[in-house]
Amino acid sequence: MTATQGTATERTGAGSTTEWETVVGLEVHCELATATKLFCGCRNAFGDEPNTNVCPVCLGLPGSLPVLNRQAVELAMRLGEALGCTVRPSLFHRKNYFYPDMPKDYQISQYDQPINVDGFLELPDGSRVGIERAHLEEDTGKSTHVGGGGRIHEADHSLVDYNRSGVPLVEIVSRPDVRSGEQARAYVNELRAVLLATGASDARMEEGSMRVDANVSVRPAGSATLGTRCEVKNLNSTRSLGRAIEYEARRQIDLLTAGERVVQQTRHWDEADGRTHVLRSKEEAFDYRYFPEPDLVPLVPDDAWRESVRQSLPVLPAERRRRLATATGAVPGEVAVVVERGLDELVLAALDAGGEAQRLLVHAEHDLAGEPADALDPAALAALTRMEVAGQLTATQAKAVLAELVASGGDPAEIARAKGFEAMGDDALAAAVDEIIAANPDAWGRYQGGDAKVTGFFVGQVMKATRGRADGKAVTRLLRERAGA
Amino acid sequence: MGAMGGRISRDDVAYVAGLARLELSEDELELFTGQLAAVLDHAADVEALDTEGVVPTAHPLPLVNVLRDDVVRPGLDRDEILGAAPAVEEQRFRVPPVLGELP
Ligand SMILES: [Zn+2]
Repeated sequence: MTATQGTATERTGAGSTTEWETVVGLEVHCELATATKLFCGCRNAFGDEPNTNVCPVCLGLPGSLPVLNRQAVELAMRLGEALGCTVRPSLFHRKNYFYPDMPKDYQISQYDQPINVDGFLELPDGSRVGIERAHLEEDTGKSTHVGGGGRIHEADHSLVDYNRSGVPLVEIVSRPDVRSGEQARAYVNELRAVLLATGASDARMEEGSMRVDANVSVRPAGSATLGTRCEVKNLNSTRSLGRAIEYEARRQIDLLTAGERVVQQTRHWDEADGRTHVLRSKEEAFDYRYFPEPDLVPLVPDDAWRESVRQSLPVLPAERRRRLATATGAVPGEVAVVVERGLDELVLAALDAGGEAQRLLVHAEHDLAGEPADALDPAALAALTRMEVAGQLTATQAKAVLAELVASGGDPAEIARAKGFEAMGDDALAAAVDEIIAANPDAWGRYQGGDAKVTGFFVGQVMKATRGRADGKAVTRLLRERAGA
Repeated sequence: MGAMGGRISRDDVAYVAGLARLELSEDELELFTGQLAAVLDHAADVEALDTEGVVPTAHPLPLVNVLRDDVVRPGLDRDEILGAAPAVEEQRFRVPPVLGELP
């Protein structure tokens, strides 16, 4: 960890300074992409008409009994394996509390024997964040607060839709290994990529199928003990997450620097004013009276099931980055965007077809964003990059040819010819440069006098005269030669 | 407490009643403290047994992995379930204002 990323320096008095380190653990709730709920056959769907996917089990009616969804277990196991967790025998417990969106008055969750423990997530920068556990539990219904501007405390009454009640969740609890808002964002992005790759969840923060809480504390840099933490809730985007952590760490550092103490609290992030506000303190923390759920038997995945789950996993993002980095001679962090866009297979295939690694990475990162590049012929892309490296196409021309390849396919050499992109000979380019210099004596005088600002003017004029066929770098070089520099 | 060997205090009973949202009178607190202590004493008999080498049991049934396939089954009719609710608004269950945040 570098000093700039996770620490802040604070003057605490006569000449003494303290470096502070931010320590963050993240709790992420994700809805699993099953067809039905965790313990009943009601549809697991977002956005249906209120209270249309309900039955005695998920309404908590007396006499109803839960039966565990095999696919929810399978998806939780896929995630566990993908996070390098130990997938172990597990139990369900009742977590007791009273709230209108929890009609049974308890939530069925996994407590001291969760299905997945002790894993890690590798981020694009190579850092690893430990995963303490990733357990199964059921979601609650959805409350809408009426009156008081939608705020809970000022509401006149609340309306409850139980479509979400009983939807399967995994709660992924990280170790306190995160050191900044930036790293927290990277963690959530990477976790989302893993959830998508494994098919475990669609992981949409804006629809609430992925919800993130952050436990934030600070401590003097180098200290091995953890500071008093605050849990920050209401983080609806990775941007909010990053901002909230930076704000909260700053708040705690200011308190400690002023000689005060941090009180363990749950705090609410307010996106509008960019601050966290206290929700409740530890003193009023809930006592959930966990006890084993008597209506469910233990879950004990056998070796065959675990093995079949392992076999079904796709190549995960961290491994894809490593693979692409090795093949292109880059470092994994540099190819993260390409892998995120799902263009790594294309680049690898184009490499196999004799493409030029650096140009392939540049195109994948900058010129194929948002393009339906799946249909792009790797051999054509490879040929294009070879033409660029051989000096037959300028960067601007290559982009135009690539756009045509994406849109209609074809042979890059033919497309280049059709667009009049035949390579400009050195003599022709030199002649064009000389012509422009002769036509603009004042500007040339300024250039010779060392005014770097007119370089762009000359390059632009040469480009215009050659209808974009000139290589900007070559023009700059010729200008410098002409000026005798 | 007292007579029952201090297994549970009046304060414990008041606390548990609070968690269960039960309002108990002084007399009821007295009564239930005695009764709960008796229950705990009974359960404590187990402590007299030698459990060395006995594997902890999570469930009385000798079963694991009772699972169902992920297949949608019809639920309840919305009009029917909302008809059973004391108050309904916009096809949702209408409940009194919630005091306090979600745990
Ligand atoms: Zn149901």
